[in-house]
This record gives sequence, structure tokens and C-alpha cells, in this order.
Amino acid sequence: MIFDILFYSSLSICIIGICYKAFAWTTKSIGCQKDPNFPHRFSDLIKGLFSTLFSLKVFFLVQSFFIDVMFQGRILRTSMLRWVMHFLIFTGFLALVLMHAFDSVFTENFFPYYYSTVNPFFFLRNLFALMVLAGLGIAIYRRYYKPAFRLKNAGADLFAVLIILSIILSGILLEGMKMASVSEFTVMVEDYAGLDYEDEDTLALESYWVKEFALTSARVNLPVDKEVLVLGLELHENNCVDCHSPNKSAFMGYATARLLSPVAIFLDKINSVSILYYVHILVCFTGLALLPFSKMFHIVATPISLMTNAVYDKNSLEGENDLTRQIMELDACTHCSTCNLNCSAGMMYESVKNDYILPSEKIQILKKAVSKDSLSTEEYKALFQGLYLCTNCDRCTVVCPSGINLKSLWLSFRENFIQKNPEDHFILSTFSFVRGLNPLTIEKHAYNKPLAKSFDKVVQNFKEPESLTFGTMPKISDHTNEPGYDLPCSDTFVHCFGCQNCSTICPVVASYPEPEEVLTLLPHQIMYSLGLGFVGMAKGSAMIWNCLSCYLCQEHCPQNVAVCDILFQLKNKTFLNSEDKIL
Amino acid sequence: MNYTLFLGCNIPARVQQYHDAAKAVCEKLDISLTQIKEFMCCGYPVRNIDEFTFLLSAAKNLALAEQRQSDLMVLCKCCYGTLKMAEYHLRRNPRVLEKINLILAKEGLLFKGNIIIKHFLSVLHEDVGLERLKAAVKVKYKKLKIAASVGCHALRPARITGFDSPVSPTLLDDLVKLTGAKSIDWSKKSECCGAPLLGINDALSKSIMEKKLSNARESGADFIAVACPYSFLQFDTFQSKLAKEDTNFQTLGPVLYPQLLGLTMGIDSNTLGIDRHQINIQLLESYLSREN
Repeated sequence: MIFDILFYSSLSICIIGICYKAFAWTTKSIGCQKDPNFPHRFSDLIKGLFSTLFSLKVFFLVQSFFIDVMFQGRILRTSMLRWVMHFLIFTGFLALVLMHAFDSVFTENFFPYYYSTVNPFFFLRNLFALMVLAGLGIAIYRRYYKPAFRLKNAGADLFAVLIILSIILSGILLEGMKMASVSEFTVMVEDYAGLDYEDEDTLALESYWVKEFALTSARVNLPVDKEVLVLGLELHENNCVDCHSPNKSAFMGYATARLLSPVAIFLDKINSVSILYYVHILVCFTGLALLPFSKMFHIVATPISLMTNAVYDKNSLEGENDLTRQIMELDACTHCSTCNLNCSAGMMYESVKNDYILPSEKIQILKKAVSKDSLSTEEYKALFQGLYLCTNCDRCTVVCPSGINLKSLWLSFRENFIQKNPEDHFILSTFSFVRGLNPLTIEKHAYNKPLAKSFDKVVQNFKEPESLTFGTMPKISDHTNEPGYDLPCSDTFVHCFGCQNCSTICPVVASYPEPEEVLTLLPHQIMYSLGLGFVGMAKGSAMIWNCLSCYLCQEHCPQNVAVCDILFQLKNKTFLNSEDKIL
Repeated sequence: MNYTLFLGCNIPARVQQYHDAAKAVCEKLDISLTQIKEFMCCGYPVRNIDEFTFLLSAAKNLALAEQRQSDLMVLCKCCYGTLKMAEYHLRRNPRVLEKINLILAKEGLLFKGNIIIKHFLSVLHEDVGLERLKAAVKVKYKKLKIAASVGCHALRPARITGFDSPVSPTLLDDLVKLTGAKSIDWSKKSECCGAPLLGINDALSKSIMEKKLSNARESGADFIAVACPYSFLQFDTFQSKLAKEDTNFQTLGPVLYPQLLGLTMGIDSNTLGIDRHQINIQLLESYLSREN
């Protein structure tokens, strides 16, 4: 009765949770795509599902189900050890769920002679548990003992490990306690064997069980006489052997029973079997109820992500179901950090120390942004920087074991941030190159607006007199926090004698009839400004953001002024000194 | 000949045909290429944000290559220029290098500075040599006029990159000529393709590109030869986008140098990825002539 109440209530929480998540997939939004309202997205999703299911793409779905979901081929491609780890946990746990937890539904129907205490089931239960434990061992080693490179741990990862570990360990403990318990033995003797517990023969059987089955009994004095054992064995063979295999075959439970023997009598008195039983089912049901809200939800979302991406057009970044797919993919992330290992921006992370540069951490914060729709100002800035410091090399997408199309996530989330926060220097950096190829096919106006605003801000600031701060002869590249960091090119502007070769040869200057209007300062004027100590003026000029870095100026300078390098350093200075700096 | 191949970010994601074509050409020339999967961004884009991070990114890649003790062959000109630039500064700034090596040590890496960085074209021109290349050419082009686009970041600053003469570069012309094609004279040969400003100032990027392309077209070019994914994306993806927007836009098809060379070596055009361009350049094959 209690079991049923607990089971059905946790199952309902789980099902409601899954429905809520699935509803979130079709309602939540953060990307730049149009029309994020529920009825449209839901009907698009249904249309998409049907058009896939009734087409030849079904073949790819089936293929993906076996190779990616069941066999987990994408994990194997990442690392053999991780595949072994995940496969042990996955198969071990799945087998336990089917054979042991749902024995009345599955096992009893397929194997009419099923008894939980009979081999092979008795042995298999322990084998499966051992598989899970071995997998968890590797997981703990990989996550906590010797963390894999750039692997980040979050509370959700610890919870996932702990919940599975508690399920398995409480199960083993329960089994061991049952083996050691006299009250369990008494019940079996009276209910199954039909013997009287007080009968003297039963004592012989009990002695045999103490010797061979790790039972702990106060009635039996060790060592037991040989004759008693022979009688015990006979009784055992007549009454017990048909529905109880040797406890040794359940090797982990047996070992636990032996370990418990010094305290088993006391534990039995306080009814530990029932206590452990409730502990075991409670952890199981906690895991079940929390499944949709924990990392374990990946067992639902990851197969969906893998199969979706097996049939989804990889180059489409604007399909009807893109947004739905992207929100779903956030749930499919298992925080395994394979992406971090291969991230091209890895050294940017090492230098900047912003966690959100790493793909796995970006997913974590995006999950938060999607579910709560509000981030603190710091988180927002850090995430924006993380989304921007990405070279769009797509390697994370290629390696992701959950098959998440990360590249499309980055591009659309970044675009959303650009639209919301259109005046930022980041957008004026080369990191905007892929946006320029415009894979999202953003409307022209929406595409141009943030760029125009950023340039306007630069020109506007330049016109304000604050930028004309007169200073001493500057060293441009001095990292305020890094003394001694100074490349030799940075102060070469002192050699400038004003020939204007740099501005004459500059293709950017040549592109405008009135270059000063657009660029505010020409390259030679920037060198002059620096010479006069007007660093603010130099770094406020629009020229530095319009530099092609073609190095014609530097190559043609008769005085070896590193004109182009200096423009780079002025840009650096802007990022370093800007209010938004995280660097 | 053995090289460690550096692909960078753009080639695997957007210009795979460049990798495929270069691989096929290298195979024909008995050049064996090793790839290192830990390679990451060369530091080119991050130079806009922070110089130290740029040096660190470059140093990581160089240290990885140094571990393998084989020369580094770079396909992208921007990666090449960036890596050379970083190598130059790191060798001259022991304090910066020390700090960088401290970070690299966490991954068991150390940059000592004993590495030779070469662009793919230099490998062909200097290490393989024009004579061997000529011998590998089986069919030549006839009446084909190519505008050889040098690529700024490999060319300048010349005393750091050491790629070619900054005043009158000839390396790519030599390589074009041996395929039987004519490498035309044109004034904007060593000027920028506009790619560094794409996504920042598109109008300027477009006008820089148009000036360059129209100069090439007016000088009689049938195709423009490049050996850099940035230039390629600019001339292929960006140009085709402009052509779609404006029907009067006159395009000039970009060809990656290993594609141009590969066809003359008898490599199949599918392997070279000639059909994977957005601007159709399949006409290129029709210039091949079995006479001579």
C-alpha cells in the first residue's frame, strides 16, 4: 500500500515534470528567431514529426536509435574509457530496472519460474549492480579524483552520481541484511518450507545456513558439528534449494552479510530489513521523481537530441522547429565537457578565466537564462563575452556525444544578445566574421543596426571633449595589471616624422571621399596624437575599428613605425579599459 | 617529406574543399601530413581583444607542433601570419614567453622556439620545388588567365612573415605559371581582400573586394587564385551573396590554388571539391588541354 502510494506519486511527479519540460521546449525562447509563440511552434513540431515519420528519414531515425542511442557510438568516438564507463552504468542500470524493479511486469512474464532468489537472477542482480558500481567508479575517478582536462563539476553532476550510488548501495545493503537476518530466515522457514522454527531439525538447517548462507544467529554456536551440518544440508535440499540458490552467487550481498555479522543480531532486532527496504525504495523514488529536474533527464532528452540531429538539416539555421530543437538540446547536455577539450577558444579561457567561454558552461548558464529569463548583470556580461569569444570552428558540434548542434545555439543566442545590447565593441572585432557571412539570414535592417549603433557610439564619444585627455608619453601596450608586459613595437610611434605614407597608402582611407568624417583620425594622425600623449583621442578614433590589418602602412613606413600593430594595441586598450571589461 | 598540418578554424567548418584539395595534392607529391587534434585557434581574431591571449593561443599551437618535431604547414594565410608574428614576438620577449610557458606547463607543454612555420605555398615552392611540381603536372591549361591574389597576412610585415617580396611578390605567380595558365599583371594583386572587415563594416569590406575583383577582371582574369580560407570565403560566400542581391553584379570565380594545381595533376574535380563552391567555377576544367 505504502509502496504503491510512493510509487505512483513519484511516477506522477516524473510524468508531470517531463510534460512540463516538453511544454518548455515549445514555449521558451532566447534565440533571435521569429514567432516564438506556443500554438505555432507546437503545430510546427507536430508537422515536422509527421513529415519525418512518414518519409524515408525513418531509416536514419532507426539507425540513429541503434548506433547513437543504444550503442552510444558518439561516446566511443570520444574516448574508450568513457564509453566503457557510460555503457556499464547504462546497461547495468537498465537491466536492473527491467529485471529487478519491474520484475512483476517483465521478468515474471518472460520467465515463469522467476524468483528473485533463484539463479541466474540472483547472481545477475549482483552482476548488474557491480557493472553500475564499476561505471560509477570510473565516473568518480574522472570527475573528482583526477578530473579530465577542463572538466567542470556542478552540483547536478554530484547529485547524479550520488543518487545512482545510493540506489545501488542501499540495494546491496538490503540484500546483505536480509541474508544475515534471522527474522527473514524464520519467515522463509515457516512460510515457504512449512517447517516449525522451534523444531530441532530447523536448528540444523539454521546451522547450515549460518555456515554456508551468511546467516547470523544467536541460536547457533560455532563451530557446528559435522553431523548437524549433514542434516542441515539434507533439510536444505529437501525444503529450500528449489527456490533459493546459494547466497554466495549473490556475491555482493553475501559479502555484505558476512561484514554485517558482528552487528547483525542487533540490526535484526531493530527491524533493519524494513528500514533498509524503505530507504532503498525511497531513494529509487526520489530519483524517479526528480528525473525531469536533474541531470538524469538526459536519458529522455539526449536520445531525442541524437535522433533529431540525425534527420535534421545541419545547415538549416532557420527552420520552423529550430527554436524548439535548441531549447530541447539544452536539456540533452550531460555536462561531460568533451566540447571543452576540443574548444578552439581554449586558450582564451586560460587567459581570461571566464567560465562561459567554455561550451559546457555556456550551456549551463543558457539553461538558467531560458528557465528564469533573468541573469545578473555580471552573468549577462560574462555570457556575452563567452558567446563572442568563439571562432565558430564548429568543433564542439562535431564532437558532442549528445549530438547537440552547438554551433547553431551559439549563433542564435549571440544574435539575440547583439540585438538586445547593440552598442558593444565586441561586435567591431574580427569575431564578427561569421556573422558577416550571415548564416542566420537576419533581415538587413536588424543585421546592420547593431553595427551602425556601435560605430555611432565610437564617433560620438570621439567628439566629446573628455577623450582629449593630455597625458605623458604613453606606452600603449602596458597591461595595467601586468608590469613588464610590453612588446617592442608599441612605442615606435615616436619615430614618426610625419611623411603621411601610412595614410596615403591605406586602402581604407582611400575608400572615402572625406575620410576624416568616417574615420575621425587617419593613421598618421593617430601616430601624431600618441606622440603628443593624446592616447584617449587615438583609441577613440573610428579608424582603429575600420583597420583591415593589411599592414600596407607598416610595410611602407620609412621610419619602421609599427602602425598596424599599434592600431591593434589601441583596440586592446579599449577592451581593457572599457566599463564592460571582464578581461 | 613530413609536415604537421595546421588547419585553423575556418577550413574544417566552412572550406573543407581546401583541406581536401591540399591533401590530394600532397599525396601526389609524397608529402605526408600529420594532424594534431589538440590544435586550436591560432590567435588571429583574439588579437583584436587582447594581445597576450593572442600570443598564448599561438604559443599553445606552436608548442604542440614543436613536440612533434616536424615543420608546421599552414593552409590559412591569416593563421600563418599570426603564428609567425607570435613566434617573432615570443622569441624577443623572454618575460612574456616565461609567463606563457607557465600557463602551457599546466598542459605539459613548453614553447622553446625551435620550429619552422611554413605556408602551404612556400612548401610547394621551396621544399618541393618548381622542377618536381612541373614533373607532376600531366595536363596543362591553355588560354587560362589567372589573377594570383597574394594575401596580406602572409605577405606583410615581410620581415616577420618572410613569405615573399613585399614589393613584387612572385611566389604564387611561379606556381600558377607551371600549370600552363598565365598569371596576369594586375595592380591590386597584393592588396587586401576585405575579409577582415566582413561582419564589422560590410560596405567597406564589399568596396575593397569589388575594387580588387574588378581590377582583376579588367586585367583579363578568368579566375582569381587564392590560398587562404578568409579570402576564399570573401570571394565565394560573400561575393555570391552580393550577386544574389544584385543581378548586375559581375562575379569572378575564386579557385583555391591546390584545386588549380590538382586538376593538372589528374586529380578528379570532385576530390578537389570544385563543385562545392557557391560561385560556379566548373568551367575551369574546360581550359585543360591535352596537346603539348
